[in-house]
Amino acid sequence: MENLEALIGYGWYILTGAWATVQLTVFSCIVALVVAMIAGIVLTSNSHLVRLVARFYVEFFRGTSVFVQLFAAYFVLPLVGIALSPIQAGVLALGLNGGAYGAEVVRAAINAVGRDQREATIALNLTRWQALWWVILPQAVVLMLPSFGNLAIEIMKGTAVASLITVSELTFQAETVRSQTGDTAIPFLLIMVTYLAMASLMMAFVRWLEKLFGRGITSKST
Amino acid sequence: MNWSWDYVSEITPSLLQGLLVTVQIALISSVVAMVVGLFFAIAKMSANRWISRIAIMVTEAIRRTPLLVQLYFLFYVLPDIGIVLSPLVAGVAGLGLHYGTYVSEVYRAGLLSVPKGQWEAARACNLTSSQTWTQIILPQAIPPMIPPLGNYVIAMFKETPILSAITVLDIMGEALAQANFSYRYLEPITLVAAGFLCVSLCSAAVIRLLENRLNLRAA
Repeated sequence: MENLEALIGYGWYILTGAWATVQLTVFSCIVALVVAMIAGIVLTSNSHLVRLVARFYVEFFRGTSVFVQLFAAYFVLPLVGIALSPIQAGVLALGLNGGAYGAEVVRAAINAVGRDQREATIALNLTRWQALWWVILPQAVVLMLPSFGNLAIEIMKGTAVASLITVSELTFQAETVRSQTGDTAIPFLLIMVTYLAMASLMMAFVRWLEKLFGRGITSKST
Repeated sequence: MNWSWDYVSEITPSLLQGLLVTVQIALISSVVAMVVGLFFAIAKMSANRWISRIAIMVTEAIRRTPLLVQLYFLFYVLPDIGIVLSPLVAGVAGLGLHYGTYVSEVYRAGLLSVPKGQWEAARACNLTSSQTWTQIILPQAIPPMIPPLGNYVIAMFKETPILSAITVLDIMGEALAQANFSYRYLEPITLVAAGFLCVSLCSAAVIRLLENRLNLRAA
C-alpha cells in the first residue's frame, strides 16, 4: 500500500508539469498565430523589399532546427543582454518557429481564395485593407484551420524539448522522477497519455472551429 | 559578447564530425521511416476493419506524442524489459518510427490519387495483379510522393539534434559538450544553426528541382 501511495505522490508531481506544458503551448500558439498572420500577409504583399524581409524570416526559422533555436534563446540571447526566463525563451523559440511554418500556410490560403473575389473587391472600390479584412481573410481562415490545427499539435510536441532548457513541464518532471526513483515505465507512460489527451482535445477544438468558421461557406472542392 | 575566431577554429573539427553523424542518422532513419511507413500504410488500407482501425489508432498515438518522450521511452524504459539499445540505435528507431507514421500518410495519399478507372482498366485488360502494380499503379502513384517524402527527410534532419538528449554525439551533442566544457555558448550554437541552415536550404533547393522535373514529365 505504501508503494501505491508513493506512486500517486509522484504521479501527481509529474502532472503538476502539465500546467507549464499548457502555458507554453498556449502562449507559443498565440505568438505563432500573430507572427504567422503578419508574415503571411506580408508574403503576399506587392513590395519586393518587405516580401524579402518576411521570406528571410521564414527561411531562417524553418531552416534552423527548433531545438537549436531554443538553446540559442536560452543560452545565447543573455550574452547580448536579453535575459529570458526558461518559459519566456521557450515561448519565443517555439512561437517564432511555429510562426515561420504558419506564415506559409497563411500565404497559401490567401492565394487560394479565388481571383474573382479579388476582382470583385476592386470593382467595389474597396481599399487593399478593406478587401483583405472583409473579403479575403474570412474565406482564407477556413482554409488555414486544418493546417493550423496540425501546427498547434507540432508546437505542443515541441514543448517537450523545452524540458532541456529546464522548464519544469511534463517531460522535465518525468525525467526528474526517473532520475530520483529509477522508475521508468510509469512516469513516461503517464506523460504520454497526458500528451495524447491534450493533442486530442486540441484536435477536437480545431474541428469545432472549422465548423464555426465554415458556416455559410460552401466548400469549393465539392 | 565577443566572438572568438580562435575558439571557432578550435571547435570546428568536432562539430564537423557531429555533422557527419547527424547526416548519417538522418539518412538511416529516413530509410527506416520509409519501410515502417510502408507497413503502416498497408495495415491502414487493409480490408480487415480491425487491422486498419488499430493501425490508425497506433499511428495517431505516435503522431500526437512528442518525439523526445518516445526517445526517452526507447532509451530508458525498454532496458527494464531486457531490450538494451545503444543511444544511436534508440535514436534511429525513434525517429524512424515517428516519421514512419507521417510517411504512411504520404503513401496512402499517393495510392489513393490514382483514379479508380486505372484499376478497372487494368482488370479489363486482363493484367495480373503484379503487372497492375508494377506497370500501371506504381508508376503513377510514386511521382507525387517524392516531394512530400523529401520534405520529411529534411524534417527528420532538423529533428536529429533532439537525439543529443539521449547522449548521441550528433552536431548538437558535440556543440553542447564543447559549450559545457568552455562555458562559451555563442560560437557553438551559432555554428550549429549556420550548419543546419546551410544543409536544409540546399536540400530544399534540390527537392524543388526534383519537383519541377517531375511536373515537367507529368505535363
